[in-house]
Amino acid sequence: MTGTGALRQAPRLVMLLLTLPVLAGLAGTLAPAFGLGGEPGLDAFRQLRDWPGLPGALWLSVKVGVISTALSLALVLALVATLQGSRAFEALRHLISPLLSVPHAAAALGLAFLIAPSGWIARALSPWATGWQQPPDLLILNDPGGWTLILGLTAKEMPFLLLMTLAALPQTDARRRLLVAATMGYGRTAAFTLTVLPALYRQLRLPIYAVLAYAMTAVEMAMILGPSRPPLLSVQITDWMMHGAAGDRDRAAAAALVQLALVAGAIAGWIAIERLSSAALRHIAQSGQRFPHLDTPLRALTLPLTTLLTLSLFAGLAGLALWSLAGLWSFPDALPETLSLRIWTEAAPGLWSATLTALALALAATLIALALVLACLEAEHRFALTPSQGAIFLLFLPLIIPQVAFLPGLTVLMLSLGLTGGPVTVAAAHFVFVLPYVFLSLAGPWRAFDPRVALLGRSLNASPLKVFLRLRLPMLLAPVLTAAAVGFAVSIGQYLPTLLIGGGRVETLTTEAVALSSGGNRRLIGAYALLQLALPAMAFALALTLPRLIFRHRQGMAAR
Amino acid sequence: MTTGFQIDGFSLHLGPTEIARLSTTVAPGEVLTIMGPSGSGKSTLLAALIGALPPGFRSTGTLTLNARDITALPTEARRIGILFQDPLLFPHLSVGGNLAFALPATLRPATARQARIDAALTEVGLENFAPRDPATLSGGQRARVALQRMLLAAPQALLLDEPFSGLDLALRRQIRTLVFTTAQARGLPVILVTHDPEDAQAAGGRIVSPMGEVMVEG
Repeated sequence: MTGTGALRQAPRLVMLLLTLPVLAGLAGTLAPAFGLGGEPGLDAFRQLRDWPGLPGALWLSVKVGVISTALSLALVLALVATLQGSRAFEALRHLISPLLSVPHAAAALGLAFLIAPSGWIARALSPWATGWQQPPDLLILNDPGGWTLILGLTAKEMPFLLLMTLAALPQTDARRRLLVAATMGYGRTAAFTLTVLPALYRQLRLPIYAVLAYAMTAVEMAMILGPSRPPLLSVQITDWMMHGAAGDRDRAAAAALVQLALVAGAIAGWIAIERLSSAALRHIAQSGQRFPHLDTPLRALTLPLTTLLTLSLFAGLAGLALWSLAGLWSFPDALPETLSLRIWTEAAPGLWSATLTALALALAATLIALALVLACLEAEHRFALTPSQGAIFLLFLPLIIPQVAFLPGLTVLMLSLGLTGGPVTVAAAHFVFVLPYVFLSLAGPWRAFDPRVALLGRSLNASPLKVFLRLRLPMLLAPVLTAAAVGFAVSIGQYLPTLLIGGGRVETLTTEAVALSSGGNRRLIGAYALLQLALPAMAFALALTLPRLIFRHRQGMAAR
Repeated sequence: MTTGFQIDGFSLHLGPTEIARLSTTVAPGEVLTIMGPSGSGKSTLLAALIGALPPGFRSTGTLTLNARDITALPTEARRIGILFQDPLLFPHLSVGGNLAFALPATLRPATARQARIDAALTEVGLENFAPRDPATLSGGQRARVALQRMLLAAPQALLLDEPFSGLDLALRRQIRTLVFTTAQARGLPVILVTHDPEDAQAAGGRIVSPMGEVMVEG
């Protein structure tokens, strides 16, 4: 096959690489769940039914997923509707955006350090306001209702949905639609909801389903913040897979299928609500109601809520850093009495090894994903290909099919093929989750690149390859590096693929931080979580500064 | 041997609709102006001539440049230069880097490349501009760099896609004269698309519509 022929096949190859593990994993889940390969039957499902925690776990999954998704979406939409274009919005956007790079586990641990009975908030208020000399006996973390988890997921998913919204907004011609509606006397919120939201929502649909699927099946955040008796079904599945007896794996497979059906059902329910809301919006739009009085109260509600959620995540992360450096820090002191590097020096070998493993996995997964995404986008440009709706759905497949539904199957399948989990298989598993994010992050800027530049380059006798290497790639260096940083952050944050595919033998900062979270060593947790946080932050810092440094003498590049 | 840019029975379709039709020969040094309002298919016609037809369009006919059939050749092999309304200098490269991009890789050593670049800049009054950032140039300077960049690729024909409409009046005249005299001096057939009668008149040649109807005989 020629180079050009291979390039043309790049999108197909990517689709294959994304769907194959998911489908193989689902098949690997189906087989043990139905006893295929042994005695076919429904024993695994019967065992699952006999688990007393099942109804509670199912209910929690739906409740946590739906409420946190609805809340984060509502906050993001309200923020954009009432504040977009204002200084407060820009300030908040700058505050929220970096949170996208924060791994879920670090965010959850930070939040836990903040709101636990012995956490920073309790310390800040004690004893002067609360009278507490000892941490109170309150079940704030791991509350049976899952509310702390809902809070954590809402805060963590907000940056992702905000970014997706801001990326989709320019394609909706929002500015002019809002202006037209405003000249007719519509309030900002009403104008946004009735004229922009219908077009915007169409583009947000897949990211929203991905958030819903993730929130319903979160593992690491649920282990840190979520209830434990019963836990979310996804946490129980992980526990059966990792620590259960042989029969528990079949039960885990059956539970994974139930979880998948639950997510599918929740998405179907969500779609039904979308349809009803859409009909209601059309009805309202035709009623001529202007709702000019909606803006002030909504703004007054949205701004403090989103600020509070965002700041609480930041405070939690600061708390992680402080704990890792804390010497003696007894309750109810708001700050440690002494600072010390003791934990960093004592734990250095473990921290170092987990950092190196995480770094190697992330670099491998990201570089391969980036190369393939660039090949896809270049093929799209050169051969005037337009991705179909089906292709876009396949791109989202690893994000919409819950990890916990297909990773156990993939693990079992791998083992049955005699493959043992190691760094290479784990990097391959990370790749499946890294690629969609790299693609989503890079596709917009790549497609928006002025086509005349490439045409001009070729009219100067440059081959398509030269145009790619000498014009397109350097001119798009900033978005390329940002996409790589996004992919890198996604890989660093991966918990379940590392744990299951690695068979517990591949230890990264994330798996270690989550494993430590059930113990009480806050200094050590702080150190692991801080490093887990620092690696993606450094990747983003590099992605921001490197193009500026390279093109510091090129003003035309600063505007890009 | 027939020299010039020969366009035989060239027809451009969007779906079933014919949007442009041209059958003519543009002699070396001659300027053919295609004039029509915005959206009349002028720029698409240029894209077709240069071998970059957007999806959905279809063209028929034969293109011969200096007795070389270029109909099926990719853009980079056609040897046709193009100038757009914006100079489109590559912002990540210096002025010299922009010009070096157009030079053939076979031109070596580096000193010879630099000499060609310096000569090209001197020709348009931009001595010592090679290390400059394109963003620091004035509109007229950018237009001149874009012209020299195109010429360094040694094109055998020149397409102009409203290249003067972004310039103010005085500069416009100056750059227009520079482009037309350079093309004439080098014996390049030129096709100009514009909606501006003044540009068309200044070109001094034949003026046709996108459908090939002659509006002014040369």
